[in-house]
Amino acid sequence: MAAYIIKRLWQMVPTLFGAVLLVFFLFKYFGGDPAEILGGQNATAEQIAAITQQLGLDQPWYVQLGIYLKSIVTFDWGKSWATNESVANLFMTRLPATLTVMIPILVLDVLLALPIAMWVAYRRGSLTDRTIMVATTIALSISFLVYVIVGQYVFGFQLGWFPVQGWSDSVWTNLVTYAPLPVLLAVFVGLAPQTRLYRTFFLDELGHDYVRTARAKGLTENAVLFKHVLRNAMIPILTNIGLQLPGIFVGAFLIEVFFSIPGLGREILLAVNRSDYPVIQAVTIYLAAITMIINLLVDLCFKLVDPRVVLK
Amino acid sequence: MTAVINAPLAATVERSEGVWHAAWRRFKMDRIGLTSAVIVVAFLLLIVFAATGLVAKNWQEEVGVANAPPTFVGPRPPEAIGVIEVPKGPNVDLSAIDPLAPRYKEWDERAAKFKTEEVIKAETLPMGGDRFGRDVLSKAIKGTQVSVFVGVMAALVATLIGTLLGALSGFFGGKVGDFLEWLYNVFEAIPGILLIFAFAAVFGRGIGTVVLILGLTGWSGLYRQVRSEFIKHRSREYVRSAEAIGASVWSRMFTHILPNVSHVVLVRMSILVVGFIKAEVILSYLGLGVGVDDVSWGTMLAEAQSELILGHWWQLVAATVFMAVFVTAFSLMTDALRDALDPKLRGLE
Repeated sequence: MAAYIIKRLWQMVPTLFGAVLLVFFLFKYFGGDPAEILGGQNATAEQIAAITQQLGLDQPWYVQLGIYLKSIVTFDWGKSWATNESVANLFMTRLPATLTVMIPILVLDVLLALPIAMWVAYRRGSLTDRTIMVATTIALSISFLVYVIVGQYVFGFQLGWFPVQGWSDSVWTNLVTYAPLPVLLAVFVGLAPQTRLYRTFFLDELGHDYVRTARAKGLTENAVLFKHVLRNAMIPILTNIGLQLPGIFVGAFLIEVFFSIPGLGREILLAVNRSDYPVIQAVTIYLAAITMIINLLVDLCFKLVDPRVVLK
Repeated sequence: MTAVINAPLAATVERSEGVWHAAWRRFKMDRIGLTSAVIVVAFLLLIVFAATGLVAKNWQEEVGVANAPPTFVGPRPPEAIGVIEVPKGPNVDLSAIDPLAPRYKEWDERAAKFKTEEVIKAETLPMGGDRFGRDVLSKAIKGTQVSVFVGVMAALVATLIGTLLGALSGFFGGKVGDFLEWLYNVFEAIPGILLIFAFAAVFGRGIGTVVLILGLTGWSGLYRQVRSEFIKHRSREYVRSAEAIGASVWSRMFTHILPNVSHVVLVRMSILVVGFIKAEVILSYLGLGVGVDDVSWGTMLAEAQSELILGHWWQLVAATVFMAVFVTAFSLMTDALRDALDPKLRGLE
């Protein structure tokens, strides 16, 4: 186990280095001149020269890359160009809001999609199955934006069940007052693709011989479905959840923009609009690292779910 | 003489059905797929018409009153404006003491030179108007052109990159393969939306830019599949025989193997189109997509959000319906295409 983990961590180094190179060269050769962005429109030539020197932009590229790598390893990204807030502080203050919204979304999505998918897969070919499949196809073709626009209008403006938008300092108030509408809409949107995906996983398992054997030896349908099929279908499902996990840190940025939730996703979008390079670079690279670590954890989880899995 | 030569030729012509022919035969059986294909072709015709200026050329003209309702709803009832009270008493002739009076005539003449033709603005439009009074139907058609164009072009770019890199990686393996696998891992490690944002931050806005951004960030899935196909094919007998008769590496890769895996590429590409159209809509909504002078489904939805609060629902409905119909038809067509071209994949997502 330990050997496996060390090996996987070691394999991450070149990939992470690649991500750093990608971001570095992308911003260095295609992005605008940082000194001019920082200096603003009224900066004099001397000011720009001073900023250039301060940021080390007059050095050869490998020295700049060195400075860049140092800032990553020491977690010192300096300050946001737009607000002068330190990037680390930005992470710490924006992340809670994102998690407050994203964790309920993820949990509810899985908890709702699993039983529906199982039910639909079990009733394969029936009217319910076909109706749900057609409904999800159409639901998928409508843009996410439309659901949020209409949902906010109907539930927020017209019916007044929820506040249209807002956020407070108390986690509890946020969770019971401001989060429900965004969570509800995001879960509703996420349900269609999740159900379709999980349905195929269940269908795959239901076709196997062990299901027939289990039925032949007289097990109840519940035992077949929940003890045998569910456990086997958990592997692709877990992989899928693992794929979504990195997303909870960025947040459903659209949701955050719509509902004015001061989370990380909205912050990234603001950074993109303001050409706030340090923030974009930091988020991109740390998210890449987090993604890889989560993938490793998911692989380790396979061992728990299915003892036959051999980690190598 | 000719008859003698023709006889053996005729015998060789009778060979097994080609992959495209068989696919077309299967596709024809699929009624849903065929219907969707017809809808998609109709949309493509509409896009060609819009691109050549036959329809929706004047989408930027303000032909109706602001927020003109759709024709089937009927014109908005005139707003009750309080009538300004007419002052009682006789009109007093001020011209004798009015210091500006001598110049009125001169001003009237000057003003007459700049008289603009008053365009009568329509009270209602077929599918309503936006807040400037532009025809929503024209906008939706023009928006379809832009959104679909971006989706298709970006899918082409991504397919080109993915196929080329996948072919190189799968065919050569070794050092080249390792390097490309590393590149793939790097692109996979960064969450997709962040990668798009990072590219958008440096490249700016515009239709061409969106195509480039989506294409450059979206090739990895296709690369992976093409690579595995090339690994499978590179040591097959037909490729070995091509090598034996002296076919170059390039020719083996692209004239021998590629046609045999092109159905996989085609299916993957059409899946990409749908994804990219949705991505473009979201990017444009966020202001990172097409420019201000263009219209796409995304910019229409962005405008529709504030209009909806005022009760002007038509732009939202128009953009949604156009998009939903096209995307549903295209997805169903893709499904049918996949079933027809690659029956082994049937039923998988």
